[in-house]
Amino acid sequence: MLDAFFNWLHDTALAETIRASPLLFPWVESIHVLAIALVVGSIAAVDLRLLGLASRSRPITRMIDDILPLTWVAFAIAVLTGVTLFSSNAIQYAHNTPMRLKMLLLAIAGTNMLVFHFVTYRSVAAWDEAPRTPLPARLAGGASLVLWVGIVAFGRWIGFTIGS
Amino acid sequence: MIETLRHLEHWLSDTAMSATIQNVSWIIPTVQTVHILCVALVMGAVFVVDLRILGVLARTQTLAVLAQRYLTWIWWLLPVLFLSGAILIIGEPARSLLNPAFGAKMLLLIIAALLTLSVQRPLRHAAGFWESSTQRRVIAQGIAVLSLVAWSCIVFAGRWIAYVASL
Repeated sequence: MLDAFFNWLHDTALAETIRASPLLFPWVESIHVLAIALVVGSIAAVDLRLLGLASRSRPITRMIDDILPLTWVAFAIAVLTGVTLFSSNAIQYAHNTPMRLKMLLLAIAGTNMLVFHFVTYRSVAAWDEAPRTPLPARLAGGASLVLWVGIVAFGRWIGFTIGS
Repeated sequence: MIETLRHLEHWLSDTAMSATIQNVSWIIPTVQTVHILCVALVMGAVFVVDLRILGVLARTQTLAVLAQRYLTWIWWLLPVLFLSGAILIIGEPARSLLNPAFGAKMLLLIIAALLTLSVQRPLRHAAGFWESSTQRRVIAQGIAVLSLVAWSCIVFAGRWIAYVASL
């Protein structure tokens, strides 16, 4: 069933357009890399704050308000460009191991963020200004950092396993 | 200039280190990953500060504090970027040294670093430097836009090394 979806994606006009031009793929890929760099660079600032390693004097709620708009805009662009790149060779990407591992880590990073947001963050008022955050917050920050390093590593690895 | 680079390329490609980097399959992807992660941290720092200057985010924080907190990182990351970049060049000198995209990237890097420095330096002596007059605010916004473009183009040029043919 999933393969039917990937076949459909592969045959869309968008995928056809990318395949037909030698320049479109590198351009979309460059935007994808820029967007991911901004996601990782901005989220790392929040993660380091949660770990008590940077911006220790900045309240966490402020830190998150400062940074996350950038993270979300960049993430939206990363998803759009990522789907576009994926569509151009959907079947092969769908069966590529680094690609699958990247998506797995992305799903775990998303879950980590949801747990932090809906469980840990509810008590933020109690530790908003504390340089050292409670253990669950530190774990969320540490896990996020490690997961995003993995996402970048597997993303780069895709390029070494799939010929364009 | 091109001749010098060509000699350097030939010399590098004959070194034992170049052969090792080429032959051990995990070195190039791993070093590239480290390089990209450092680029990500630089880009995050630059975007937060430049977007603050443009009034897009972090408006409750003063520019001086933000610059101190974020831009300081860049000067620690650049040596790691140079080192990881050097390993990639030694491993594949023909792919990079005479590549126009690589040349463009180095030129843009100088421009981008100078733009970032020009924002950061005055703040060390006068925290309100860029907010003290309308004229200075406009200049800061101009530098911020140029800086966003220059740093973004560095990422683009870096990716295009893989697609542009070497001279």
